[in-house]
Amino acid sequence: MRHIISPTDLTLKELDDLLNLAEDIIKDPKKYSDAYPRKKLATLFYETSTRTSLSLEAAMLNLGGSILGFSSGDASSASKGESVADTIRVISSYADICAIRHPKEGAPYVASLHSSIPVINAGDGGHNHPTQTFTDLLTIKNLKGRFDNLTVGFCGDLKFGRTVHSLIGALSRYNNIKFVLISPEELKIPSYIKEQVLDPQNIPYKEVKSLESAIPSLDILYMTRVQKERFFNEEDYIRLKDTYILNTRKMSLAKEDMLILHPLPRVNEIAVEVDDDPRAVYFKQAQFGVYVRMALIMLLLGESEGRPIC
Amino acid sequence: MLNIGVLNQGIVIDHIKVGGAMKIYTYLNLENIDVSVAIIKNARSNKMGRKDIIKIEGTLNGINLDILGALDHKITINIIENGEIIAKKNPKLPDYVDNVLKCKNPRCITSVESVPHSFKLTDKEKGIYRCVYCEQSSKSVPDTITKI
Repeated sequence: MRHIISPTDLTLKELDDLLNLAEDIIKDPKKYSDAYPRKKLATLFYETSTRTSLSLEAAMLNLGGSILGFSSGDASSASKGESVADTIRVISSYADICAIRHPKEGAPYVASLHSSIPVINAGDGGHNHPTQTFTDLLTIKNLKGRFDNLTVGFCGDLKFGRTVHSLIGALSRYNNIKFVLISPEELKIPSYIKEQVLDPQNIPYKEVKSLESAIPSLDILYMTRVQKERFFNEEDYIRLKDTYILNTRKMSLAKEDMLILHPLPRVNEIAVEVDDDPRAVYFKQAQFGVYVRMALIMLLLGESEGRPIC
Repeated sequence: MLNIGVLNQGIVIDHIKVGGAMKIYTYLNLENIDVSVAIIKNARSNKMGRKDIIKIEGTLNGINLDILGALDHKITINIIENGEIIAKKNPKLPDYVDNVLKCKNPRCITSVESVPHSFKLTDKEKGIYRCVYCEQSSKSVPDTITKI
C-alpha cells in the first residue's frame, strides 16, 4: 500500500512519470474524464483549506469519481476526542483513497500506519505539503522546462512554511541547484532542513535578509505568506507579517525570465500590481494543482488495483 | 576525587554528561528496583572536565543498556563481577527508540494523541535523534525524560 506523506516518497523516476502524466492530462483532459468512475476520495480536513481541498475534489470529479469528507476538525468526531488512528480505520471502509490535512505535524503519517487505503498528506502543520510540491514542480517543468541549473529563492516564512520545506527537499535531488533563503531572523529555515537535506548533499545555499539584494540572481522566486495560524503570540505575527512585500520596483531588479511562484493564499507579500507581470505565475500554478492531483490519484489508485501507471 | 566504595557485583555508568545522572536514574527506574545506588554528580574528569557517575550494586535484569546510548551516547558502562571490571562497553546508538525520548514540539501529533514517541537516529556523530512524525530533533541527554 503506497502513501504519500513526503514528496520524496516518490523516486525521481516516479516523479518524472507523475509530471509527464499531468502534462498529458493538461493536453487532453477529456481522455481521463472516466478514468475512475465509482471510486471515492475522502477529504479529511481538520484544518481549513481552499485550494488544496477544492483542487483535490476537482481532481477526483474530473476523473469520474466522487468525494466525501469534512472541512474542519469541528465538523468531525475529532471534536469528540476521536483519534486520527480510529478515524482513518473507519474511513478506510467508506472510501478508496483519502487526503488528510491536520494542524499537527505527523498526523498523516499516523493515519498511514492504520489505513487500508492510500493516504495523501494534504498538509501537516508546518511540516510537509507534498501535493503542493508536485504542483510547484509541474509549474516549474511546464514553464521553465528544467529542474537543474536553477537558483531558487525562497522568501518570507521559511520556518513554518511547509511548502518551502517540501520543495527544497524535492529540488535538492536535481543537479546544480542553488538556494537563496530570504527571511527575517525569527523565520529562518529549520535546522533539520540544513542538517538532513542541504548539508549532506553539499547543496549551495545562503541565508539573507534582503529581498532586493537577492532578487537579481534568481531564476525562480518562491514567495510565502507569514502564517498567522502558526504563531502562538500575535505580537510576533504583527511585527513580522509585512517584512517582505514584492512590488513592481523590486521586480525591475529581477531577470526577464524569472518566475514568481506562491502557494497562495496571498495577503500583502505580493502587491496586486505585480499580478499583471507575465513572470507572476501563481494563479497558473493553482490551476496546475488540479492536474497534478489527478495524476497522483491515478498513480495511487492504479497501484492499489495492480494497474501501475509508471 | 570522591570515592564511593568498591562494587563487588554490579555496573558503573561512567562519563555521564554533567546533569545527566538523575535522568538516567529516572529512565532506569532505579528508585523502584531492589539495588543499592550511588549517584556522583559533578565529579572531576581528565577526559570531560566534569562528569556524573552512577554506581549500581546488584543486577539489572531485562534492561537493554544500549538504550542508554540514546540518552547520552558518550557514557561508558563497566560491568563488575567479584570486584573486577569484566566488561567495558560504550552503548551503541540504536537506530530507532520508542518511548525513551519525548518529542517537545508543541505542533507534533504526539502532543495531542496517544501514539508512541518514536525517534530515528539521523546523525551518529552528534547523537541526534529525530521524531518520526515531525522530524523535531532530540539530542542525547534531553532536558527532561518523562516515563512514557
